[in-house]
Order: sequence, then structure tokens, then C-alpha cells
Amino acid sequence: MAGPPILEAERVSLRFGGVRALTDVSFAVRGGEIFSIIGPNGAGKTSMVNCVSGRYRPTEGRILFDGQDVTRTGTSRRAALGIGRTFQNLALFGHMTVLDNIMVGRHHLLKSGLLRGMAYWLGGAQREELEHRREVEQIIDFLEIQHIRKATAGTLSYGLRKRVELARAIALRPKLILLDEPMAGMNLEEKEDMARFIIDLNEEWGMTVLMIEHDMGVVMDISHRIMVLDFGRRIADGTPEVVLADEHVRRAYLGEADEPVERVA
Amino acid sequence: MTSMVPAGDFRTSYRADTTIFPTRGSRLAMLAGLILLCAAPAVFGRYELGLLITIGFSAIAALGLNILVGFTGQISIGHAAFFGFGAFSSALLVEHHVPVPLAIWGAGLMTAVVGLVFGAPAARLKGLYLAIATLAAQFILEDFFARARWFSGGVAGRVTEPYELFGLRFDREETYFYIVLAHVVVLFAAAANLMRTRDGRALIAVRDHYLSAEVMGINLAYYRTLSFGIASFYAGIGGALYAHYLLFVSVEAFNILYSIQFLAMIIIGGLGSIMGSMMGAAFMVLLPEVVQAGADLLAGGAIDRALRLGASISFLREMAIGAVIILFLVFEPDGLAHRWKMIKAYWKLYPFSH
Repeated sequence: MAGPPILEAERVSLRFGGVRALTDVSFAVRGGEIFSIIGPNGAGKTSMVNCVSGRYRPTEGRILFDGQDVTRTGTSRRAALGIGRTFQNLALFGHMTVLDNIMVGRHHLLKSGLLRGMAYWLGGAQREELEHRREVEQIIDFLEIQHIRKATAGTLSYGLRKRVELARAIALRPKLILLDEPMAGMNLEEKEDMARFIIDLNEEWGMTVLMIEHDMGVVMDISHRIMVLDFGRRIADGTPEVVLADEHVRRAYLGEADEPVERVA
Repeated sequence: MTSMVPAGDFRTSYRADTTIFPTRGSRLAMLAGLILLCAAPAVFGRYELGLLITIGFSAIAALGLNILVGFTGQISIGHAAFFGFGAFSSALLVEHHVPVPLAIWGAGLMTAVVGLVFGAPAARLKGLYLAIATLAAQFILEDFFARARWFSGGVAGRVTEPYELFGLRFDREETYFYIVLAHVVVLFAAAANLMRTRDGRALIAVRDHYLSAEVMGINLAYYRTLSFGIASFYAGIGGALYAHYLLFVSVEAFNILYSIQFLAMIIIGGLGSIMGSMMGAAFMVLLPEVVQAGADLLAGGAIDRALRLGASISFLREMAIGAVIILFLVFEPDGLAHRWKMIKAYWKLYPFSH
């Protein structure tokens, strides 16, 4: 299932003044896989994702997406290249309806600009809107949020907002979707739903997933490969079994045993 | 709030679900309102029609400001200067033998270009810093009006022609009213359409959460500047309609107080509401009239004599206007459009309001 690399980070470092958020991090996400980044708080997981989505520019190193160097590509242009993301702290457009929120995700796919939009009935904007509405409704059906499509996003519960944010990111039709703690603050049932959505997204919609998540159960269950960060450095990567067995990981993250642990090879 | 649809009104197509006016009732009401307005010249006198015309061109300019402030979340305290620029531009175009109907739209475009130039700082500045930058625009343009005689006629001002189309002259309130009404309908429909399509959503997205808007592929600098362009375009058209109503344009009218009035219109009407811009404009134009009527009633009456108000009634009038605006902001901070929604919601559920 895993194809050639879709995202490659080459020796990425990120510094804010004297603070080293990331040091020399390299990894590759292969097309079609679910790749998770884990690590303690402050390990640089979100910084890494921000480098990929364009919020931060790496101080050193390169980021390649689909074989193309995107290190210096502007944030808004990355959406059109095929990178979508959700945020750790909710970042919906609070005063818009759920439907409009998701339609914003279609931004780079829609062609009707200012004038055609103003002349709604004349320039084809209406036809275009309705076509895209159809596709957006598929996303709404997939995420089971039909009942709230006309609700104002700011009034929704936390779990639903997370789901709408995922819908908005899917609407971009990205090749790679970055999920920053998609399950934070959710109850067990909501987490199970979200895990199911992520698996479906990967298997049925064919999207490559790069995910940050703290819930180890979920991460181990659904990831194909995992990278572990600690203090801005990569300390391990590999399949869940390999990572779980890694001594450094146990010490740094899972918080086990000060005495040497037998490696489960 | 947006889903206040009567029971049993099911939409069976996406087209029916994306109309500007959500229900058949609201569409009919709008149509009836327009027909009634068309009959206004037969009912009202010249003075009342003049007020309606003033509401019309103010509402167009206010709508532009609302797109900038209410929908995109920026700020401008130089809107009157753009309004003035439109007025002078149209008069200038007419002097160069452009027919008035075209000159009005040409003035809109010219003002939009100026707006884009002064809006350029918006790509980088926000909040108070942007407010100061637009304040600079206000003063620069005012100074330009006073000095550029070729453009504005200098301190003397500029005389211009009435609206003329197919040999018909619209130089009286009874006829010019229809011209303003037509422009209002077209420009309000255009704004409503904009807000339900790509670029309008992008503007609102920039207001609500600019970081995630950027991740959604929205170029922040472009839309922040574009918003100034649109706002200035509307201000320019409003100003041009003003010019061909008064037939005389002069610098003093477009001062910062007028800019603040436009801000008051959209705050009272409702930020981020298209119809709110109209309601706010109507409120600000009619309020002095209502207060004046009150003052006239008071003058010479028992209270006047008892308190010996005399000449101070006219001061009371100014104070009353200020007081009404303050009370409004305290008790209805979401604006007239919101209040109107609540009234509609109340009657929709009546008598079972819970």
C-alpha cells in the first residue's frame, strides 16, 4: 500500500532565537500511509507540522512535497498543491455555518472570483456552487454531520467542531492531510468515531495521513509508521511494534523503568 | 439562527437551499416592499423623497464599509474621503463628456483603484494601526480635494450635471429617486451574491480566523486589500449618486465626522449584515428628523415655558441624537438587523415561544 514518498523532510531545524524547537529532523511519509508523530509535550511535533503546512519556515533543511521543494512556498499556495490540515486548538470560522466552513475548503477549486460571484446568476457562479455543494454533501454524509450543516460553527460542541474541521480539510481534496491531535479532549465514543473516519479517509478516500496524537492506544492501532520526537530530535521511527520496543522511547516518553529494559526484538 | 425555517418547508434541491431570501414569505415581502417603494413618488413630497434618496446613497456607501469592517474584520475611518472621491470623479468624468450613467460607474472604478492603493497597508497592518493608516487616507484625500483644482474645483467646489438617460432628465426628486433605487437594488444584490460565493466566503474567513483561512488556500494580503477595493467602489458609487443629486460637490462635506457617521450606520445597523447597512443608514438619516420633530413639538409648549428652554432646544436636539446612539449601543449592540431577526423569530413561534 505504501508507495513512493509524498512528503520528505531533510534535516529540518527550527530555531526561535535561542530556543531550538527542532534539530536535524529527517523523515519521509510514503504515499498512502498513516504516519504518526508522537512525543512528550514541547517535543516539537506541532512545530514540525507547522513547517509542513507553511506556518513556520525551517531555519535549516528542506521539505519536499511530491518531489517538489516547498520549503519557501507560501502557506496559501500549499493548499492548491494538496496539503490540508486541522488544528490542535479549534480554528473554525465561528460565525459561518458548517456548510460555509466546508465550502471555504473548496476555495482553490472554485473559479468564480469577485465579478462572477457578484453576478451569481449570469456568470456561472451558481452552477459552480451547486456542483461543489454536491461534493461537499458527500463529505458531510461521510462524517455524519448532516444534522448540523446549517448550524453556526461557533455554537457546536467540541467533538462536533473537531469533526467539522476535519470535513473542511477534506474539502480541499488534499493528497496529504495533517491532523494535529484530532482526538484531544474527546470521549471514548467520539475517539472511536474519529479513528474510524481516519482509517476510512486513508483506505477509501486514498489520502495520506500525517497525524499528531497523544492517545497511544489509537496511535498504535491505526498508524502504519510512527516517528518519536523528544526535545526537537527524532529519537526513533518505524512500525508501531518497533517503536514500542525501543529503549529510548520507553525512557523518554512512555515513562518506564529507569533500569535497563530488555529489548523485545 | 440561519435555520429559522417554518416547519414543513423542505428544500428538495441545492438551488432552493442557496437563495438569498430563505422562504417564500420573505421573497414576497421583499417584492412587495420594492413595489411599494416604486409608488413612493406618488405619495411623498419632495422633502421626504429627498430623505429616501439620501438613505439610498448613504446605504450604498455604508454597505461598502460593512463589507470592509463587518465582513472582513478590518477598519477604516476614512470612508467619507472615498465617498467624496467618487463624487468628484463622477463630476470630473461628466465634464469630460462622459454620460452621467457611465460616469457613476466609472467613478466607482476610479475610487476602487484609489482604495486599493490606500488599502495596501492593510496587507500588513491590523486593528488600531490600520485605523491610523486609514485616518491618514482621510486627511491626504481631503487635502488633495482642497488643492487639486483640476480634480475638485478646489475650494470653490464643482458643479455637475443631472442624470440623463435616453434623452430623459432625472433632475427632480420624483424621478431621481428611481435612479437611486435601481442602483441600490443592483449593488445590494451584488453584495448578497458575493457573500454566498467563493470570494465573499474568503473575506469572512479572513475575519473569523485568518490563520486557518491561509491554510485553506486563501491569500491574506490579496483579500485584505481587495476588501478595501470593494469598499471604495461602493463608496465611490454612493458619492457619485450624491453628486448628481445635489449637482454641486464641495470639499467640506467629506470630513472625518462624515466618516464616523458611516461607521455609526454599520454599527447601529449590524456589522456583517447586508440589510443592516440599509437599516443603519435609514436610522442615521431619519434620527435627526425625528428628534427635530420632537423639538418642534416641544418648542412653545408647556414644558418649554415651564423650564424656559427657548434657544437651548436646538442643543437638546444634538444631545438627544448622541444619547439615542449610546443607548442603542448599550441595549442593541448587535444592531438593528439582529433585532429584526428576533422580532421575526418571535412571531414565527408565537404564541408558543418556548
